[in-house]
Amino acid sequence: MRILHYINQFFGQKGGEEAANYPIELVEGPVGPGGALNNMLGETAEITHTIICGDSYFNENEAVAVAGIAEIIEQVKPDLIVAGPAFNAGRYGVACGRVGKLASEMGITCISGMYPENPGYDLYKQTAYMVETKNSAADMRKALPNMAALIKTFVEKGGKLGMPAEDGYMPRNLRVNMFAEKRGAARAVDMLIAKLGGEEFTTEYPMPVFDRVEPFKALASLKDAKIGLVTSGGVVPKGNPDHIESSSAQKYGEYSIEGIFDLTEETHETAHGGYDPVKCNENSDVVLPVDVLRDLEKEGFIGSLHDKFYTTVGNGTSVSNSKKFGAEIAQKLLDAGVSAAILTST
Amino acid sequence: MKLEVGNIHVKELAFGNATALACGENGAHRVEIDKEAIIGFIREIDHRITEVKLDIALPGEATRIMPVKDVIEPRVKVEGKGHMFPGRNAGENDIVGEGRTHVLKGMAVMTTGKVVGFQEGIIDMSGPGAEYTPFSSTLNLVITCEVEESCNQYEHEQILRTVGLETARKIGEIAKTAEADEVNTYETKPLLEQAAQYPDLPKVGYVYMLQSQGLLHDTYLYGVDVKNIVPTLLYPTEVMDGAIFSGNCVSACDKNPSLVHQNSPVIHELYEHHGKKYNFMGVIVTNENVTLADKERSSNWVTKLAVQQGWDAAVVSEEGFGNPDADLVMNCNKLEAAGIKTVLLTDEYAGNQGESQSLADSTPKGDAVISNGNANMIIDLPAMERLIGHDTYVDMIAGGTEGSLRADGSISIEIQAITGATNELGFHNLTARQG
Amino acid sequence: MPVVHIATVVPISQTVGANRIVPAVAIPHPLGNPKMDKEEEKLMRRQMVEKALNTLTTEISEQTVF
Repeated sequence: MRILHYINQFFGQKGGEEAANYPIELVEGPVGPGGALNNMLGETAEITHTIICGDSYFNENEAVAVAGIAEIIEQVKPDLIVAGPAFNAGRYGVACGRVGKLASEMGITCISGMYPENPGYDLYKQTAYMVETKNSAADMRKALPNMAALIKTFVEKGGKLGMPAEDGYMPRNLRVNMFAEKRGAARAVDMLIAKLGGEEFTTEYPMPVFDRVEPFKALASLKDAKIGLVTSGGVVPKGNPDHIESSSAQKYGEYSIEGIFDLTEETHETAHGGYDPVKCNENSDVVLPVDVLRDLEKEGFIGSLHDKFYTTVGNGTSVSNSKKFGAEIAQKLLDAGVSAAILTST
Repeated sequence: MKLEVGNIHVKELAFGNATALACGENGAHRVEIDKEAIIGFIREIDHRITEVKLDIALPGEATRIMPVKDVIEPRVKVEGKGHMFPGRNAGENDIVGEGRTHVLKGMAVMTTGKVVGFQEGIIDMSGPGAEYTPFSSTLNLVITCEVEESCNQYEHEQILRTVGLETARKIGEIAKTAEADEVNTYETKPLLEQAAQYPDLPKVGYVYMLQSQGLLHDTYLYGVDVKNIVPTLLYPTEVMDGAIFSGNCVSACDKNPSLVHQNSPVIHELYEHHGKKYNFMGVIVTNENVTLADKERSSNWVTKLAVQQGWDAAVVSEEGFGNPDADLVMNCNKLEAAGIKTVLLTDEYAGNQGESQSLADSTPKGDAVISNGNANMIIDLPAMERLIGHDTYVDMIAGGTEGSLRADGSISIEIQAITGATNELGFHNLTARQG
Repeated sequence: MPVVHIATVVPISQTVGANRIVPAVAIPHPLGNPKMDKEEEKLMRRQMVEKALNTLTTEISEQTVF
């Protein structure tokens, strides 16, 4: 098992804050805390290379730094990347986290270590296994053995780590599938008995909290407004040309309605697999009201209807995908000078 | 209402000269199927059937079945009134759930054939996919049934549904005179007597939410499409005689095949501690309809009926996801507000990596939730030696994406497409945790 | 830009944080009703869309169901 270790200028023995602009350097073998870590790993794994990079350099030139490190990863081809530990050093933690994200994108696991309040944890916890450390480097003598233990477990388990508490890393805020000993119905009845008896029980899924946005200020008038149409009801041109998924959509579609005054059985249908599609397939205006908006446009009730509509399938589609689609669609509408949007969902 | 359920443990399934229960190796029960006779029986069910094939799929085989519509357990009434899957045929309107019922345990009838909608599933009998479906461990008689092109989607679904139920019933008949390997007795008394039986124990019940959103999202109670009911009471044993059967695939992972209703897991688990930890009073069946007014009405009725029976706590199971999350949340909020403690069963749509929150609706009252797994998880299914049904639909079914089916027959797909993977009645062991 | 959400299951729209919400008819046909004849259905759809458009010129300070 070959490890590439990422550390900052301080632990790379290049200097303190005055050396924070130190650019990326690749050296062979372990450096600084890497030496001790390497000893703890014994036969299990070896730190073959170390990247040293100044914290300011990384954070102020993120794109360049990430590209440079990606090149090094391509060249070194490590089996595992270790970053830090960063304790409560904010810029260092963010850099370690970003290296973890890059590693994950390149299909390599990253193990790091930092203080739970380090912003690097909150930003990048989903893409690296991070060992919990105290808030200062005085904790090094505990942090390194904990990281070494996690690396050993990682190797022993063939790269498939167990749950955070079991293997010693901080929760990644990911939902991970596993097979329980008892089936769901039996667990439900056990939980019911506990809840009835006032005993302690742990919910298997803490209910989500959704974010909020401030209401946007109203339009002064509809007469000169350009209205956009967006739907999660899966309305697509007949034949679903972009193959939008019937569930768990991985994409959205952007389709022209220039010169279209009515959605008909011949022109449009729904790709959505979560509701009875028969009515929408007969007349997609019941989900995406193009017909009446064209009338309102002609009558001058609104300035105009934007000539493109945006659509995806809101069926088993994750919030993360939805957020991504939403941000891109909003930007496209803004770029097209759309003044307000109607969202329909099924 | 008291029901004895006699299980005949079926260890072998094969085609033979007659449809009968035979003696297999070491005296084990062996079910033999007269292929031609059963095909003839199925063809008689509806004149619009154009093609029928029968296959046997056994655990461990390199066999893939898809798109699977329903899975049904062969059962037969031995004593007591009524018919299996009541309320569909003329003269079959008796209430079921009493007397004695025999089960060909370990065997299942499955229906496949050209796809009706997006929501049909995959069952692999071996390999990594087999772990995720409870039906890789049953001995399966698979019906591939095609219908005339002129049939619309509703007719197509109805014909296949009837074929599955009638065939399971036909095969179940061979268990009628057999000696059961084990007999379990389940009893729930009339309401006042049941309350009086264990006066010192807390009263609990089961809120049984059923999909009812239209094509391929419907469920039937005594033959009634449950979108047309207001919530009502059942004796728990009624479902063991097929009072509830499926006409739906929400997504294959969390639809409840008829077999799961026949073996309704929460009901069986609630009977386990009945009379010891609590008094299991009964079942409220409710729907998940497509209008807000229906959702409000049904959740109000659920709570009214639970209060009327004096429940202290309830298990609530959802079927499907998305807008039914709102029904789950309404049931939870209203029951808790009435002082009835709830435990909720659901599954999750947390993204391919598990990176998102999992439900479309939420409530702080939902503090006791059982998760039956993240349906968005991607799985790699190797090519199989034998395919029963059609794999041309892989890319378009719920959980599939463009390129899910590779040229070599292997598949990369969300477990959403695997029948029963995240079953929300808690039939299976999959769960998700914060990792 | 202001947006209006036309949705059947208003509680979900509220939970996920939409601000301007117009209740719809039913999940499979938020702006239609198969029981109506075509002209009546289109008229109803027009009224719903007009209502939705009018929310866009209405100032609000919190989530509002119109």
